[in-house]
Amino acid sequence: MAIKKENSSRRDFIKNSSMFAGGIVLVSLLNPLKMVYATKKPKGKGKWYGIGIDIEKCIGCASCARACKVENDVPNEPFFFRNWVEQYTITNDDEIKVSSPNGGIDGFKQPVPDDEIYKTFFVPKMCNHCAKSPCTQVCPVGASFESPEGIALVDKSYCIGCGYCVQSCPYGCRYIDMENGVVDKCTLCYHRLQKGLDPACMMACPTGARIYGDLNDKESAVSVFIKENNCAVLKPQLNTESKLFYNDLSQEVH
Amino acid sequence: MPLQVKRLLIVFVLFIGIMLGLKYFLTPESWREYGAYRGNALTEISDKEAKYVQTETCAMCHDSIAELKTQGAHKSIQCEICHGPGYKHIDDENIDMNIPDDNQFCMRCHSKNAASPQSIIKQIDAVEHSEGEECINCHNPHQPWL
Ligand code: HEC
Ligand code: HEC
Ligand code: HEC
Ligand code: HEC
Repeated sequence: MAIKKENSSRRDFIKNSSMFAGGIVLVSLLNPLKMVYATKKPKGKGKWYGIGIDIEKCIGCASCARACKVENDVPNEPFFFRNWVEQYTITNDDEIKVSSPNGGIDGFKQPVPDDEIYKTFFVPKMCNHCAKSPCTQVCPVGASFESPEGIALVDKSYCIGCGYCVQSCPYGCRYIDMENGVVDKCTLCYHRLQKGLDPACMMACPTGARIYGDLNDKESAVSVFIKENNCAVLKPQLNTESKLFYNDLSQEVH
Repeated sequence: MPLQVKRLLIVFVLFIGIMLGLKYFLTPESWREYGAYRGNALTEISDKEAKYVQTETCAMCHDSIAELKTQGAHKSIQCEICHGPGYKHIDDENIDMNIPDDNQFCMRCHSKNAASPQSIIKQIDAVEHSEGEECINCHNPHQPWL
């Protein structure tokens, strides 16, 4: 028995396949099927929040970490933090010691006598609200997202608690809220911002080491801070486009 | 068209139809209002009550203390760092605020630590400096220098 051979020419093959490919592109442009893009920085007037931290001014009192826990009902035990403070101590022998007793809330002690210290400073940490956030990209259900203002948020009623985002965050800024089994993280106190109040950690800082504002507005506190200081972000090699800018960041900090 | 391709096409069409139906019924309201997430989540998050009301609100009733504080070294410190969140107190003043009266409280900020910059915060040795007294016996917390 002979198999019937369709004798299509090369020209037909190219024609058909390019029509097929073109059709797929056209359909993908239809609104309900549009591809998912990350939130973009709004052009013109829209708000686009950024944060500045002045390491030179941090005194390690951890008022920020306390205020955050109270404001956002974060569990009181250690390991649940939306923001915390780390103490870096570099000894004369080039040893780097990092400590963060209960996120700083229990108070800091220098691990070595003062005359053995080469350099020491505090680094407050919190969500970087990255413009290309790894955490929102890995969410399988669309519960982690960036608000139009560039704040990385979690839709807690939609989260399934799979924990992908907790693992993907290079800065360790997410945790599983044990009570509901869903993910929780810094919202830059979105509820306070919407009411015209400062985020709890910004409000609590006694020395003005924390600054936030609209990066689109070149006169805002944070824009001026970035202009006047030589700022750096954490882990720039990961290309997360972090919007948390540190003044005077030492290269030892990770 | 060969028969097996036709059969496969029918299966495909059925599958896509079912998926579209599921999508229609299972997609939550306000999905994609701003992006690939529930737009309503934004209002749900921002509806949360704020617990810290900030110094301006305290100053409406405690104007003399607020005035005193603006003249002292503690002018940049919010009332609620020391007294705790005030959202209940501002509605009902019988709900007391926290009054921090042990020395350890002041030492959160003023304890000696090489990592705290001397130019930003004055640091003291608690035992040596206070000689067993309470800090607030000599310093007014609202205006440390009288
Ligand atoms: C609506 C007016 C009002 C506002 C706003 C207000 N208070 Fe009061 N507060 C009072 C009154 C009245 C008392 C006196 C009640 C008493 O003696 O028991 C008081 C008492 C206090 C006390 C002393 C409590 C005690 O146990 O003796 C503190 C501390 C205090 N307020 C702090 C604050 C702070 C901080 C804020 C801002 C968050 C604030 N108050 C806002 C009316 C107000
Ligand atoms: C540095 C921490 C600190 C800050 C900031 C602070 N307080 Fe106090 N406050 C205290 C302490 C400590 C006492 C207890 C004083 C005492 O017992 O003599 C106190 C007492 C009070 C009292 C009751 C006693 C009195 O003197 O009448 C009121 C009311 C009060 N504070 C209101 C305020 C308000 C309003 C603000 C903000 C404008 C504020 N405090 C900011 C630490 C603070
Ligand atoms: C949240 C952190 C914080 C707490 C808590 C705090 N202070 Fe202060 N204090 C500061 C800051 C910031 C300054 C201003 C910077 C400076 O001059 O040291 C200051 C300044 C002072 C000064 C003036 C220093 C000078 O000569 O310039 C005194 C005195 C003082 N505080 C005493 C106290 C006492 C007493 C308490 C406890 C009731 C207390 N502080 C609690 C942060 C704090
Ligand atoms: C016996 C009264 C007394 C007590 C108690 C006391 N102080 Fe003082 N404090 C002073 C005097 C006087 C000065 C100014 C002279 C000096 O620098 O020692 C001062 C200065 C300070 C300064 C500024 C230091 C500097 O380098 O300029 C700070 C900060 C301070 N006190 C905090 C505290 C704290 C925190 C406590 C509680 C642990 C406390 N004081 C308890 C009397 C007191």
